[in-house]
Amino acid sequence: MPQQPDLAASPPLSPQGRGEHGAPVLRLQNITKRFGSLTANNAISLDLAAGEIVALLGENGAGKTTLMNILFGHYVADEGSVEVFGKPLPPGDPRAALDAGVGMVHQHFTLAENMTVLENIALGTQPMWRARFDRVAARTRIRSLSSDFGLAVDPDAVVAALTVGERQRVEILKALYRNARILILDEPTAVLTPAESEALFKTLKLLVAQGLSVIFISHKMAEVMGVSDRVMVLRAGRVVGERRTSETTRAELAALMVGEEIAPPQIRDVPYGGQVLVLDGVSTAGRSSGASLDNASLTLKSGEIFGLAGVSGNGQAALSGLISGTETLRSGTIHLFGDEHRAWTTREALQLGIGRIPEDRHATGTIGDMSVAENLILESYRSPRFSRQGFLRRDAIKEFAREIIADYDVKCPSPDARVRLLSGGNMQKLILGRALDPKPKLIVANQPTRGLDVGAVAYVHRRLVEARDHGAAVLLISEDLEEILTLSDRVAVIFKGRISPSSKRGERSVRELGELMAGHGLEAAA
Amino acid sequence: MRLEPKPAPSLAETLLYPVGAIVATLVIASLLVLAAGASPFSVFALVARGAAGSQFAIVETLTRATPLIFTGLAVAVAFRARLWNIGAEAQLYAGAVITVVLGTGLLPLPSFLLIPLIAIAAMLAGALLLLGPAMLKTRFGVDEVVTTLLLNFVVILFVSMLLEGVLKDPTGLGWPQSQKLIAEARLPRIIQGKRLHYGFVLALVSAVVVWIIMKKTALGFEMRAVGHNPEAAFFAGIPVNRVLAKTALLSGGLAALAGFSEVAGLKGNLTLDLSPGYGYTGIVVAMLAMLNPLGVVAAAIFVAGIFVGADAMSRTAGVPSYIADVMVATALLTMVVAILLSRYRLRWA
Repeated sequence: MPQQPDLAASPPLSPQGRGEHGAPVLRLQNITKRFGSLTANNAISLDLAAGEIVALLGENGAGKTTLMNILFGHYVADEGSVEVFGKPLPPGDPRAALDAGVGMVHQHFTLAENMTVLENIALGTQPMWRARFDRVAARTRIRSLSSDFGLAVDPDAVVAALTVGERQRVEILKALYRNARILILDEPTAVLTPAESEALFKTLKLLVAQGLSVIFISHKMAEVMGVSDRVMVLRAGRVVGERRTSETTRAELAALMVGEEIAPPQIRDVPYGGQVLVLDGVSTAGRSSGASLDNASLTLKSGEIFGLAGVSGNGQAALSGLISGTETLRSGTIHLFGDEHRAWTTREALQLGIGRIPEDRHATGTIGDMSVAENLILESYRSPRFSRQGFLRRDAIKEFAREIIADYDVKCPSPDARVRLLSGGNMQKLILGRALDPKPKLIVANQPTRGLDVGAVAYVHRRLVEARDHGAAVLLISEDLEEILTLSDRVAVIFKGRISPSSKRGERSVRELGELMAGHGLEAAA
Repeated sequence: MRLEPKPAPSLAETLLYPVGAIVATLVIASLLVLAAGASPFSVFALVARGAAGSQFAIVETLTRATPLIFTGLAVAVAFRARLWNIGAEAQLYAGAVITVVLGTGLLPLPSFLLIPLIAIAAMLAGALLLLGPAMLKTRFGVDEVVTTLLLNFVVILFVSMLLEGVLKDPTGLGWPQSQKLIAEARLPRIIQGKRLHYGFVLALVSAVVVWIIMKKTALGFEMRAVGHNPEAAFFAGIPVNRVLAKTALLSGGLAALAGFSEVAGLKGNLTLDLSPGYGYTGIVVAMLAMLNPLGVVAAAIFVAGIFVGADAMSRTAGVPSYIADVMVATALLTMVVAILLSRYRLRWA
């Protein structure tokens, strides 16, 4: 076991980085990685200079994550080499990457929730055989790092009590505490409010001003344009373009990333129909994760997409649960098609004609160890079409599965293939097919495009717009403001279980929505 | 070392996993045989001959396999829905108690009525015995591993009380045993003069019925869905709690049939040594079968063969027949590893 340096004792970062400004601190050369017949990375080369922010742009499955996993030692490349500060990095050794000064902030945080910020940051940096560690020195160092880089967080707070933005700051501090000189951020803004994202970008600017280097993985064009010095676009495992950010346009990057023009969803103005769902002063019992609904009101009409924006954990799960049938009502009234209801079960939701696209495809939407066909009949196996006298009708089920697979473009080897092996996009298409095939009159889609590649996102959008055009009321819950703004006829914001009054698309600016998402002015507005 | 998920294996590959587990078990057992000072090859050959080397051996093995098929099915059904029924032993005794209560003269009926009636009543007893833990699980989140496991001891002590009390045979010379079943309540022998009885046929039929339920019916679909992902099953409108209750009834009923078949087919009365742990061995059988109801039959015969063969072997080779217990226990462990390997690939990185 190599001797661990006692990081708490080492001095704060000096403004002079180890690399000369402009000299490559990180050099990936001809990285190739194959998984069976799939080439995830094809001869990718990347140079990162000190004081530079490089954005890695690409759809899901373009090879960004594989590349970073190779850099970080989780995978061993088939060909190519990695050099950090001029020294080759031994392949397949995450420890070596850490020691060489590479820090990574994952999309899903890797923090121990029941421990304090200080403990999380110091975790793993302490020599194994020492009985106690120097909290005072560690705290001082964390304090100085957080004031240097605008990463405000209380070292003694318990992580469970922190907001998502604060947790991300802890992750960054953790990397800096280990003297990271190269910081890799994987989709860092996916969970942040616009204001929190702004703060993150300021921090990144401060970091590179001190000579650190940043790789920023993203698929959001606006951020890439705003924060990076240079953009590398990956598609299908290859570098398809490399541009100085100042010399390119969003349109050019989008075209590079997708490889073809993807038509934006056709929005057409349909006259609003009758009221489908009316929630009046609804509070929920708190069976869902995140905030409960608290005196929330909402009116959904047929033939509209109602976009509900908000930072995750503000009651989206409770609202989609209430409509899906997994949440129960504490107070308030619900009217569906004019009839009053006291909530409903999941099965009643289906009988009432509600199509549900759950937030978590893996945990809630599908059963990974069952086949595509079995997953497709999960909500309808009781219908006479699929079972008679308690016996499943195998041929009818297979035939239905083939229909949906064709209609919804689910790419799978056969209807008998395990769903576990499908990509996220195909899993979502399967769920779409299951939910939309019975022609529901009310659709609740919670984060329907999270983690999908551009092509699959466009597909999901097209299907939702199509359902709306056929007269369904669609409740689109999303943390992606851009998605809400492209698709919705009306927009509202959810914050701490309350829903803001709705406005027509375009009536409120992004900044106003962002402020509502952060909780400003919602009380006044409500 | 890391685990990577891999695609579902084909049928042929699936069969390789239990075979591999058995080979690994034999290798481990040979070390013990060597330690006991015998040659593993001759010992295993003796076990094989003792299990299947003669008509007597085969009949004996199938007789021993009968209760294991029932308990194996009970466990397979429950585990498939992820209801961890460790209490097949208790359910077996519940079925046995009902069999002697109804079959020792209380109901003077002809065989063709009495036997089915007792079988159904026995199933009901076992079913209700497991329903309790299942309801505690769905209502209050009580861990069914704990409740079903501990119920085994409660039930066996209860049976002991019955055998010292109300069920004690007044002509039994003071032994804690029940009265003999009346002739109308006995399951007939398949071959006159041999111990193999129609309980074995009932076990085979049960395996086929369970296979049909799991594979072809909406109930089986619900049970598999609940077992693989209860959250998604609930979201899709499957009544998870009701499915678990039905699973408990089916599983408990199957385990109780083991007790019924042992009393009515083999022993004729109830004693406290009716089951040398058939309920627990059923777990090994179900795991070796990878929870496939038809595989349970093969696995039960294999495990029974080890026990029967080891008895015969120990008489000649001088290696204690405990080796059978060790082998069965080892088989459970190697099978758990094999199941893991069937789903994940090991990466040394």
